[in-house]
Amino acid sequence: MTEVGTARRRKEDARLLTGRTQWTDNMQLPGMAYVAFLRSPMAHARITRVDVSAARGLPGVIAAYAGADFAEEQGSLPCAWPVSEDIVIPDHPPMAVSEVRYVGEAVACVVATDRYKAADALDAIEVDYEPLPPVLDMNDALTEGSPKVHEAGNQAFTWRLTQGDVDAALRDAPVLIDRTYIQQRLIPTAMEPRAVMATSDGESFTLWSATQIPHVLRLMLALTTGIPEHKLRVIAPDVGGGFGSKLQVTAEEVLCLLLTRKTGRPVKWTESRSEGNLTVHHGRDQIQHVTLAAEADGRIRGLRVELLADMGAYLMLVTPGVPILGAFMFNGIYKMDAYDFNCTGVFTTKMPTDAYRGAGRPEATYAIERVMDELAAELNLDPIEVRRRNWIRHEEFPYTTVAGLTYDSGNYEAATDKALSLFGYDKLRAEQGDRRDRGDPVQLGIGVSTYTEMCGLAPSRVLGSLSYGAGGWEHGSVRMLPTGKVEVVTGSSPHGQGHETAWSQIVADALGVPFDDVSVIHGDTAISHKGMDTYGSRSLVVGGVAVLAACEKVKEKARKIAAHVLECAPDDVEFSEGTFRVRGTDSGKTIQELSLATFAAHDLPDGVEARLDADATVDPDNFSFPHGTHLCAVEVDTETGMTKIRSYVAVDDVGKVVNPLIVEGQVHGGIAQGVGQALYEEAVYDAEGNLLTSTMADYLVPSAADLPAFVTDRTETPATSNPLGVKGVGEAGTIASTPAVVNAIVDALRPRGVHDVQMPCTPERIWRALS
Amino acid sequence: MIPAQFDYLRPATLEEACQALAADDEAKVLAGGQSLLPLLRLRLAYPTTLVDIGRLPGLTGVHDRGDHVFIGALATHDEVLRSPVVRAGCPLVALAAATVADPAVRHRGTFGGSLAHADPAGDLPAVVLALDGVLVARSAEGEREIAAADFFADYLETTLEAGEILVGVKIPKLAGEWGFHYEKFRRTVQAWAIVGVAVAVRRSNGSIQEARIGLSNMGTTPLRARAAESALQGVELGEAVRQACEEASADTAPPADLHAQPDYRRHLARVLTHRAVRTAAGTP
Ligand SMILES: Cc1cc2nc3c(=O)[nH]c(=O)nc-3n(C[C@H](O)[C@H](O)[C@H](O)COP(=O)(O)OP(=O)(O)OC[C@H]3O[C@@H](n4cnc5c(N)ncnc54)[C@H](O)[C@@H]3O)c2cc1C
Repeated sequence: MTEVGTARRRKEDARLLTGRTQWTDNMQLPGMAYVAFLRSPMAHARITRVDVSAARGLPGVIAAYAGADFAEEQGSLPCAWPVSEDIVIPDHPPMAVSEVRYVGEAVACVVATDRYKAADALDAIEVDYEPLPPVLDMNDALTEGSPKVHEAGNQAFTWRLTQGDVDAALRDAPVLIDRTYIQQRLIPTAMEPRAVMATSDGESFTLWSATQIPHVLRLMLALTTGIPEHKLRVIAPDVGGGFGSKLQVTAEEVLCLLLTRKTGRPVKWTESRSEGNLTVHHGRDQIQHVTLAAEADGRIRGLRVELLADMGAYLMLVTPGVPILGAFMFNGIYKMDAYDFNCTGVFTTKMPTDAYRGAGRPEATYAIERVMDELAAELNLDPIEVRRRNWIRHEEFPYTTVAGLTYDSGNYEAATDKALSLFGYDKLRAEQGDRRDRGDPVQLGIGVSTYTEMCGLAPSRVLGSLSYGAGGWEHGSVRMLPTGKVEVVTGSSPHGQGHETAWSQIVADALGVPFDDVSVIHGDTAISHKGMDTYGSRSLVVGGVAVLAACEKVKEKARKIAAHVLECAPDDVEFSEGTFRVRGTDSGKTIQELSLATFAAHDLPDGVEARLDADATVDPDNFSFPHGTHLCAVEVDTETGMTKIRSYVAVDDVGKVVNPLIVEGQVHGGIAQGVGQALYEEAVYDAEGNLLTSTMADYLVPSAADLPAFVTDRTETPATSNPLGVKGVGEAGTIASTPAVVNAIVDALRPRGVHDVQMPCTPERIWRALS
Repeated sequence: MIPAQFDYLRPATLEEACQALAADDEAKVLAGGQSLLPLLRLRLAYPTTLVDIGRLPGLTGVHDRGDHVFIGALATHDEVLRSPVVRAGCPLVALAAATVADPAVRHRGTFGGSLAHADPAGDLPAVVLALDGVLVARSAEGEREIAAADFFADYLETTLEAGEILVGVKIPKLAGEWGFHYEKFRRTVQAWAIVGVAVAVRRSNGSIQEARIGLSNMGTTPLRARAAESALQGVELGEAVRQACEEASADTAPPADLHAQPDYRRHLARVLTHRAVRTAAGTP
């Protein structure tokens, strides 16, 4: 039996679910002090005075500081993705010194003996602000007379990708679909809030953080603070979800390092949920103007996208890169000869945006999948039929798209056929017709989403050509212990995905050892010295493949040792299920026996070191391209505007599957998050730039009780770009589900003259669309 | 939760609790904490002292008192919704309690706390108002009964006086053939009502004899839809019911917030009242 493909329960779950583990907030260090931040209540203002002296005198207060106290040492929070020549990267002090540019920006802090005293002392800090006009609307921000967020203006960058002659494609096109979609601002809601703890012995520093990126963080913090890289250790202990929001170098991480240095004590900061809603980087927030030209038979001639992307007040780690990732995905799974993408990044006085589950691809997929439905409606064709006429057929792979990516494999026909039959498409269409005829107040709508995405970030050369600051490789180490047990050190950094289980399955098969004999270590830069961390559905596709490559090296070493012990030539040794045998005989040694023999080192071949371990750093040749067909049926109550998801079918093709249970979990959570955008979630700022959705009573996140039982299934078209044949599944559900749901709502209401509902499709918005 | 500093008292008797409250204007009763703790967490309330009544004897339980059901102030939502006494004597209360928040909140939040907190978006105030409940309060001076119609003064404000503790609520049992329904409109299962409609109707011979309608979140206090109640009186089941329910939004002053504007809430009140009346009257 092979481990890969088995629905193993996750070995990390017992400790995660019972809490018998170390979350950053649980950890205690002797003499620990607690940090609280005073945050700007103004969206935009000059700071004219900060007086922390009264706070310093309060009981339990160890220190209190204003931004000016850090001015010499705090540096500027990094942006690692200067996407264009014209990009403006404003100075981004971790603590504001002279000007605040969003509500929630830190302006002062208190370090106290407990967190209550720290929070109380914030009240004693006085700050004088001289209000400046907020900048809240992207279109307004780009007009001549707009107030400026930064001196250099409100345009962060422009970026273009163009292929073929779009003007010609649009000119005299038999069908032209011209739409504007708003990708509302979202707040990533990881179950574990951010938490940071830092300590120092005066020379070396250790930082614990609920982060997705311990390795990138160490490098960036070293560059930002000037603490030498070899004197800085970063630990991501168990982390309770991220969805991109912990793919960041945050102000609080920098300031905790500086505070432990200033106070000589270990310090800790844990955000409250409301603080998090204000200051965890937000996601999405784009205005998409999309023009699609098609022939009378529905075949696409060309696509133009004019995109405004709200950066918020500053450029954070990959803020400007998010819409650029989307640039490669607006064409989706469809063939066309002309494509023109223009993006303008815009500064506003709001929390910066950055990666959020899917990062650019959900936005792009939404636009193309919505427009495909509009095209179908325009031509009076079934939305599936319009897609069939345009998608890349399975025999056409590998296929280089108009956006320049080469999709290695896929089978859109197979996934769609399977989804249609599971969904009962024809029957639901019949019921829809019936309800329409009857004038039923509850109308049925069917939404289609045939998505693909680019995963497995990323070939380093491609990242280089896109001006990203780092590579896209991943590192893995595999070491045999004397007893034959295996330790794996991975450079990717799980925060809920189940790496420990999946990696164990890969190693168990590769080395022929039992699943339970493998342990996986991650997240501590002192142990896992090299890594690019976890985001962009890259862990398995790059990190899992690196672990496999390390296993292969271990096997090669073991083969040499086995040949020596068995007194034959290495080429005569064959390996199967954990045993190295002399070809055609029963004579053999298990990998466990060889581990002990290597440890003892009494009889190793000349020139072979006494170690059975190996490292591998793998740089992918290409992205991977999961795809699938999601179908959603909604019932819309036309009297109240309420939408109910009646059924949902997801057929995903994520290539080879290492653990079906983990894939299922990712798909379920992903769909839920995409439904969240479609129906519930929106970060709302008022006209002064105050965030109105600072609690979970205002920012609605769906729970299991709000969702139907999803029907999930798969087709399996292996990726050809990696030896595991895997494609990644971390973001697929989120990317696919948002347009599926909104397409279904619009489909339900189209006979009533509705062609769009702005997300989130609240009952009130639907009611107004109908009124 | 990182609230501002406060003192904490857990008196052994109701009398001590009343005294503690009388002695300090800024002291607050703590029952289940499901409304008060969020306020403390957000530092929107700064009480000097929390007087925890959670373990006081005599305020718990649900009791059948012949012509009325007496619900102790400390009865939790979960206890109320499962209580056979409530289900038999005032089922509307159980129907509404079942829609409050989620199981965790329902196991801690109390019936008395919901009413004393007087959030017009809460589900129980409108129910108690519709059923003409009588609230029983105790202070150092003694006991006092307050009709629900006189209890809800304004947004988060009641006519309880400083030093008064709510000990329970009398819900009169309705005589005759009554049907009930609580229609709660919310965006997610665990969210507060955008609009809630509590309905009790007495029907006979295919028409509605009497209707009582309470509205959640249609003003700064829970409201009775008096105009609709009168319009429904004697109305035959069918289209006429819809007509009568058009009155449900009369004399309301619904709030504007992130989830709904006033005109939409008025519309919902009409639609939901119609649905609730139909369900309560047993006509699908
Ligand atoms: C996540 C969440 C969701 C919720 N959703 C809903 C919902 O959908 N519908 C709904 O109706 N409610 C909802 N609630 C509120 C819940 O019903 C509370 O339990 C209730 O409002 C207050 O009851 P409590 O016992 O927790 O009161 P506490 O929070 O302890 O007290 C609330 C207020 O009442 C006062 N008080 C309490 N008991 C007495 C008494 N006996 N005499 C005098 N004063 C008293 C307190 O001083 C305080 O001012 C929700 C709460 C949470 C946390």
